[in-house]
Amino acid sequence: MPFDVYLNVAVGGVLTGLVYGLMALGLSVIFGVVRVVNFAHGEMMSIAMYLAVVLFAAFHLDPLIMMVPIAAVLFVFGYALQSGLINPFITRPEHSQFLLLVALAIVIVNVLLIIFGPDARTVQTAYAYDSYQLGPLIVDAAKVYAATAALLFAALLFAFFRFTLVGKAIRACADNYTGALVVGLNVNRLYALTFGIGAACVGAAGAMMTLIVDVTPMLGPSYTLLAFVIVITGGLGSMPGALLGGLLIGLTEALAGLIFTPSAKSMFAFAILVLVLLFRPQGLLGRKAA
Amino acid sequence: MTRIGKLPNRRHLLAGAAATAASLAAPAIGRAQGAPLKVGVLLPRSGFEAGIGQDCQRGVDIAPAILKSLGLPDLTIMNGDTESNVDAAREHAEKLIGDGAQLLIGAFDSGQTTAIAQVAEQKGIPLIINIGAAPEITEQGYKFVFRNFPTAPMLLGSAFANQLELFGIVGATPKTVVYMHVNDTFGTAMSKGISIVMPKFNMPYKIVDEIAYDPAARDLSVEVAKAKAANADALLVVSRLNDAMLITRELVKQRWTPQAIMSMGPGWYEDQYLKTLGKLSDGPISFDPFQDPNKKLSKVLEAALAKAYPGINLSTNHVYTFEALLVAADAYKRAGSADPKALVDAIRTTNITDNVSIGPGIQFNAKGQNDKLKEGTIQNRGGKLVTLAPKDAANAKPEWPMTPYQSRA
Amino acid sequence: MAALIERLTDDGSRRTMIWAAVLVAALVIAPWVVNDYLVTVLIVILYLAYTGQAWNIMMGFAGQLSLGHAIYVGLGAYIAAFLFTRFGVGPWVGFLAAMPVAAACGAIIGFLAFRFGVTGVYFAILTIAFAEFARIGFDHLDIVNAAAGLFLPVAQYSHNDLWRLRGDPTMFYYVILAATVVVFILCRVLIRSRIGYFWLAIREDEEAARAAGVDTFRCKLYAVMISAAITSFAGVFYAFFYNNLFPEQVFNISQSIQIILGPIIGGVGTLFGPILGAFVLTGLAESLNSALTALGLDLPGAEQVFYGVCLLFVVAALPEGIWPWLARRLGIAERAG
Repeated sequence: MPFDVYLNVAVGGVLTGLVYGLMALGLSVIFGVVRVVNFAHGEMMSIAMYLAVVLFAAFHLDPLIMMVPIAAVLFVFGYALQSGLINPFITRPEHSQFLLLVALAIVIVNVLLIIFGPDARTVQTAYAYDSYQLGPLIVDAAKVYAATAALLFAALLFAFFRFTLVGKAIRACADNYTGALVVGLNVNRLYALTFGIGAACVGAAGAMMTLIVDVTPMLGPSYTLLAFVIVITGGLGSMPGALLGGLLIGLTEALAGLIFTPSAKSMFAFAILVLVLLFRPQGLLGRKAA
Repeated sequence: MTRIGKLPNRRHLLAGAAATAASLAAPAIGRAQGAPLKVGVLLPRSGFEAGIGQDCQRGVDIAPAILKSLGLPDLTIMNGDTESNVDAAREHAEKLIGDGAQLLIGAFDSGQTTAIAQVAEQKGIPLIINIGAAPEITEQGYKFVFRNFPTAPMLLGSAFANQLELFGIVGATPKTVVYMHVNDTFGTAMSKGISIVMPKFNMPYKIVDEIAYDPAARDLSVEVAKAKAANADALLVVSRLNDAMLITRELVKQRWTPQAIMSMGPGWYEDQYLKTLGKLSDGPISFDPFQDPNKKLSKVLEAALAKAYPGINLSTNHVYTFEALLVAADAYKRAGSADPKALVDAIRTTNITDNVSIGPGIQFNAKGQNDKLKEGTIQNRGGKLVTLAPKDAANAKPEWPMTPYQSRA
Repeated sequence: MAALIERLTDDGSRRTMIWAAVLVAALVIAPWVVNDYLVTVLIVILYLAYTGQAWNIMMGFAGQLSLGHAIYVGLGAYIAAFLFTRFGVGPWVGFLAAMPVAAACGAIIGFLAFRFGVTGVYFAILTIAFAEFARIGFDHLDIVNAAAGLFLPVAQYSHNDLWRLRGDPTMFYYVILAATVVVFILCRVLIRSRIGYFWLAIREDEEAARAAGVDTFRCKLYAVMISAAITSFAGVFYAFFYNNLFPEQVFNISQSIQIILGPIIGGVGTLFGPILGAFVLTGLAESLNSALTALGLDLPGAEQVFYGVCLLFVVAALPEGIWPWLARRLGIAERAG
């Protein structure tokens, strides 16, 4: 196969991977700090995607602009979810937590099914079919915009965690729960805040994802799994790790699909997951945590 | 999520007892000509196949009035939801029979249909398959199962024959073809069939690459890139609705318009495809079991559908679901009774020439399969579907090659 | 024989035994009393009880959360079906062939996980990965017809062939009922055996168990292998009852989730939990269905929503599962673990 095919596919994989990375970032924040196994992660993203679809249909606002309000809505949702429902479960055994979120995921998927029906919905922006041509390279325009927005959002997030007081407080909670309590941080509120932030990431990622894929209610579960694969590969609690993981998985899937048979390309993501779990469980960029 | 079964409760037990008592006490009532036939219709109304199930349901909704106008007896439709999975399909089949269904129709998905077929066979209740292409279902020796829909090998044979006819009309043939297919039950069955069926037809083209993709794929950019890299003249495809839209979008974005897109499955002719893609939906040619637009009953069905569901084009799902009901009503009329054996014998001798689908009509061979069905060659044009072949069903001339995507406004 | 019964029933209060006996008796006469639809329903319930109990060995006894149990079901199903369609080998022999394969698969997963220290949620995700791997793998395995599905020659219903598992649903009902009872007894035996105590120790505190000299690695591995082997029978049953297999359905993650719901609702680590859980879940589904039909509503997906909500409630309010709560109410003391 000619080289430019590989190049095109690789570029496409990287761009999509960045958006995956943003989604996984949300999970990394949630899992890394609050230690909740958010098995409703992909479902939360599908809520965001449907919001984008509905708002676009009603107001014709571009999802890239809608990214902000949608992230805000998801933030509120995440905050409420954590303080209201999930908080009591932090000390419960893991399978309890997990089941709580599985139940939530089931509810979300089917409520979406009832409201929106099973057909795929799409956002038809003006640039939905555009592509840029640079020599042999043909790049999907929508992917470029989505990936750029994802990077911007991630950068904002990094800045937040690094430079603001609240961000540092949250990181303190993640590093040392008891220490944070001792120092007087309102851990419950910070947890809720963190979950909200993670949800906001997912919201933004969802808004951008509508530019790349169509929404169906059944999309949630597969994205949840993908998010976990990326987060574990990249490293739990490491934000650059989530982005890197997303990039890596996006790229691998794309190239694997090209070289081998596309219908088996998910196997590679799982193979990577297994290898990471066995040989470097802290992930590529994670710290060897307790 | 797969569904779990139900706990017995008094209501069910009483209902069961009442039904038994009723049927024991008054056997004559069931056989009276006047009583409507109880038909259980099993479709995936929820779960991942819900969209298709709901589309088939439209064919069910408009049927009673039409059947009545044809002088056929009334049917009482009992709706069942297979929930897109095998356990639920089986359970609901049992439930409908327990509730008095005298005949079953369903179920689009081959796996679910097989489960229902086993129940039907065991209970001695006839099953008329509306849609379902897995060849095995009519090869397993069932006596109560009938299928008025082509099997995968039939679909392929008809498709290849129609392609040859199309090339004749157009005066051009693609020399190389890249074949993309969805890696699910239907797609795989079709692929397996190709290696067996295609050599019998002496097709003028060669398949240079075969690309299978995951039915749950969110993004087909890699697959289309691979297809484009094969440098073939035309694209041969077996896909579903969502993939058809995804593939088309990628074709536009990656700037490749094949000479022709030849689809041997669903998706490319469906309403959502036409509506969502607008001008970009023109051109693909589908070889599918379809209505014969020149038949009288087709026109009646089309009008009824337009009235009940404006904006929806008549297509495969509606046609074959309607025809299953047509067979049921017709058999009931000829049998004169709802006794299952009588119904089965009547169905076996079905011979309806005034039907909707393309071909000489509805009849069943010894295995319960209608092996005379033909496919149509249809093309998307301006948001509607035109029939290119077979000759007696045609109502338009083909557009070949496809207008390049980049030059469409 | 008397000693065996003594061993099984000692420490179980008379009330428990009476309740259990009543339940089994009711289930045995059920097909004569209820209609065919309900028999099918009961088959599904018992199937879930069986697989839930098998899963419980790994989770409830040894504390390893497996979210990919469908892989063992799938392996059992495909191996038995393959042997039957290709070589005419009956399902019971097929099970004997499938069991070691499933156990080996479990051993591999267990070995990889435990040797490399993969526990908790990570272990769960590892099991999901393996199940998905198997699903996609079988989707491409031409020898069993890949995604097009493996069809068994259809059952004839004129007479019951227990050797080939061809026949009436009632026959299948008794097979799965017997299997469930056998698994139940097996679990009870296991729990009272040496390895059962080791498992309990590992579940409560693995470090301490290791310090006390328990070979945790071996014990956990055995738990996984036994659980896997037992689960594979469910696959064999599935193949011969439904007569067709699609990798997409058999290895699907929703199957894995369905397997665990019963035990978690009913009570992880308890003996009656999985069985109770299977019944309760279907009871929930049933009440909603009746309510919806009574209201004349047709909302596809509504049942699942309600189901999820009820699940939420049970998890939030009765975290140990329903059985411990019920047992207290009924005055049946069940030993911890």
